[in-house]
Amino acid sequence: MIRFLIMFTAFFAAQTAFATDNFFGIPRFKGVKPVFNSNYESSCAECHFGYFPGLLPARSWKKLMQPEALADHFGEDAELDESDRHEILNFLVNNAADRSHYKRSVKIARSLRDGATPLRITEVPYIKKKHSEIPIKMIKGNKKVRSLSNCARCHTEAKEKGVFDDDTVFIPGYGRDWD
Amino acid sequence: MRQLWVLVLCLLWGAPAVMAENLIPSMLQSYQTEGAGHFSASAGEKLWKQEHEAPEGAESPKPRNCQTCHGVDLSKPGEHVRTGKVIDPMALSVNPQRFSDVKKIKKWFRRNCKWVLGRVCTAQEKGDILTYLQQQ
Repeated sequence: MIRFLIMFTAFFAAQTAFATDNFFGIPRFKGVKPVFNSNYESSCAECHFGYFPGLLPARSWKKLMQPEALADHFGEDAELDESDRHEILNFLVNNAADRSHYKRSVKIARSLRDGATPLRITEVPYIKKKHSEIPIKMIKGNKKVRSLSNCARCHTEAKEKGVFDDDTVFIPGYGRDWD
Repeated sequence: MRQLWVLVLCLLWGAPAVMAENLIPSMLQSYQTEGAGHFSASAGEKLWKQEHEAPEGAESPKPRNCQTCHGVDLSKPGEHVRTGKVIDPMALSVNPQRFSDVKKIKKWFRRNCKWVLGRVCTAQEKGDILTYLQQQ
């Protein structure tokens, strides 16, 4: 019986440890927090990869989500009604890179220490550095990828899990042996 | 008692699978209260395929129409011309989820009319387009 109880407790302790983003206060998750919001999915992710909030700091999301900014969203009209805009903005800000314990988010926020407010994730110094050695032909010149902004084309576990590790990368036309 | 449980389980199981409702008829009605007249599928088709000059400073200078992103065959998926993201087919015959969400219809008319025409569409134009799409 005691053995059973110990097993039982251990099982639940393990579960909590895996289910939360910290283990006794120590941040442990490696990627970007995989958070989802159905309004964000339908309002933003219908046109492009649903970038996780943890890929930009809160100040960037605030700037991007201003009504005037949405009316000219990198040359596209991405207007939202006010209730949707507020809901999505809160979702983005609350989970932003500078408010996250996840490894990639911490690194993104840290690379922007000078207070810069990038509007493009591809301009975040950490993201730029991580992709700087990949030949142009594999991304921009690759018809199946087209742009660095299409994260999930190569990061096979990004969309569901927020994982961006090297060993989960599969570049269309080049496969896993891209480096 | 057991039968009751079976019934409850059946109801719970079936609940999320409610069929999507085609809202085009009710949209058409509301456009008419906004002052639109009789709707025509051929006028809608013309609008759908009519090309417009790209605005100055656009990434691609090519003329654009609805087919630029939705593709020529409405029963097949389209592709966002800028991001390459797949757009589900517009035709109700293959995609019954289409036109089942008023907010979505309004949002995309607003965004896409601005992108293609450079302005919002009138109630008449929206009604014509939906009448055309309904037949696909």
